[in-house]
Amino acid sequence: MKTVIIKYNAGNVQSVMYALERLGATYLLTDDEAEIRSADKVIFPGVGEASTAMAYLRERGLDTLIPSLKQPVLGTCVGMQLMCRYSEENNTTCMGIFDIDVRRFPTHRGDGQPGFKVPHTGWNSIHQLKGPLAEGISENAYVYFVHSYAAEVCSDTTAICDYVRPFSAMLHRDNFYAAQFHAEISGDVGQRILENFLKL
Amino acid sequence: MLTKRIIPCLDIKDGRTVKGTNFVNLRDAGDPVALAAIYAEQGADELVFLDITATVDERKTLIELVRNVAHTINIPFTVGGGISSVADVSALLNAGADKISINSSAVRNPDLVNQLALEFGSQCIVVAIDTRWIAMDENASRFEHIVHTHGGRKPTALRTIAWAREVEDRGAGEILLTSMDTDGTKAGFALDLTAQISGTANIPVIASGGAGSMDHFVDVFTTGKADAGLAASIFHFKEIEIPALKNYLQEKGIEMRL
Repeated sequence: MKTVIIKYNAGNVQSVMYALERLGATYLLTDDEAEIRSADKVIFPGVGEASTAMAYLRERGLDTLIPSLKQPVLGTCVGMQLMCRYSEENNTTCMGIFDIDVRRFPTHRGDGQPGFKVPHTGWNSIHQLKGPLAEGISENAYVYFVHSYAAEVCSDTTAICDYVRPFSAMLHRDNFYAAQFHAEISGDVGQRILENFLKL
Repeated sequence: MLTKRIIPCLDIKDGRTVKGTNFVNLRDAGDPVALAAIYAEQGADELVFLDITATVDERKTLIELVRNVAHTINIPFTVGGGISSVADVSALLNAGADKISINSSAVRNPDLVNQLALEFGSQCIVVAIDTRWIAMDENASRFEHIVHTHGGRKPTALRTIAWAREVEDRGAGEILLTSMDTDGTKAGFALDLTAQISGTANIPVIASGGAGSMDHFVDVFTTGKADAGLAASIFHFKEIEIPALKNYLQEKGIEMRL
């Protein structure tokens, strides 16, 4: 099986690579169209800022390549956000694979109570789990998040997390899957989710 | 619900843990990778590695260690000690560290915090602050919390609360606050100061220094308003075991990943 990690300017993917190695998967880190198209599985990671990442994807035509892929694609963190319609982060038009917007967490609840810090950092529980990536994962399992922006809940939502308000922790539509958390460092739960993706 | 985090800290010298441990099932007590794997298995939420020597020669050893740790464990970890440039950070992140922590270099050159946040994103930039409550005049009539460097030995001109706010404004993603007054005492965390900083900051605060009992962790998460609690020797010498600690905290109504 050929797994490709899409190479672009969105930060460090080392821990994703190590996680795949722990699962015994071989992978290729590349931005080459032919390599990406011929892969069995495509992972679209991302750490960083949305508008810079989208600009880079457009420059290389990856913004049209990714939505046209037919094999299973997994977007993580900022990768997931770029697969949505729009991100409030620097007013960025994204790829629109998922018909939903990405919004910044308000720093406070609005009732003047402190307590919600941004970025949302740490282990949080996910619920209302659906779909093949959640196979073997129990409701309210904990995964590791670090992000300031999140996709709203929609018909493609396959896991919900609550922080300030409910948001999409996972999305799924056709061959496209996405996770807001860092499965690669989310302990055994994260490992199982990656394994489920590789088994699709 | 977002949990509070329990973080064991491993002090590293020449790629080895220095303080020693009491893990009988650890064949090589100085092997940080094996120790990290045990902590991850026990339910530690994150790990911190502090390279306490961090000379140029030892850098390569550290990078190799980071690579081995990242290969082995599947929870986040932070690396700190002797980091003073974009290149240092780049090397550690490329080796697989999830976050890096800077301390003295941020005091020397506060713009470094901005540079690192811009280059790598705030989410991986932890600023460690070592603080001490010291007399500001000869009669000791006025005390202040003052930032210290060099392992807490050298006072700076910075006031701790103002410095915490400044590093947040400059783009730090997290603060690791160590009270040198309580560190090593096992008498509990510095609750007032932690609460003052964590209660007003919009970024998470990891409290460190003084943990001696499970109730000290209860206190630091409730009164101290900390987002995470860090300790070293009490975990290494199994005075407190992580599974028992996390169960106890959960019983006390503090959200834990169990």
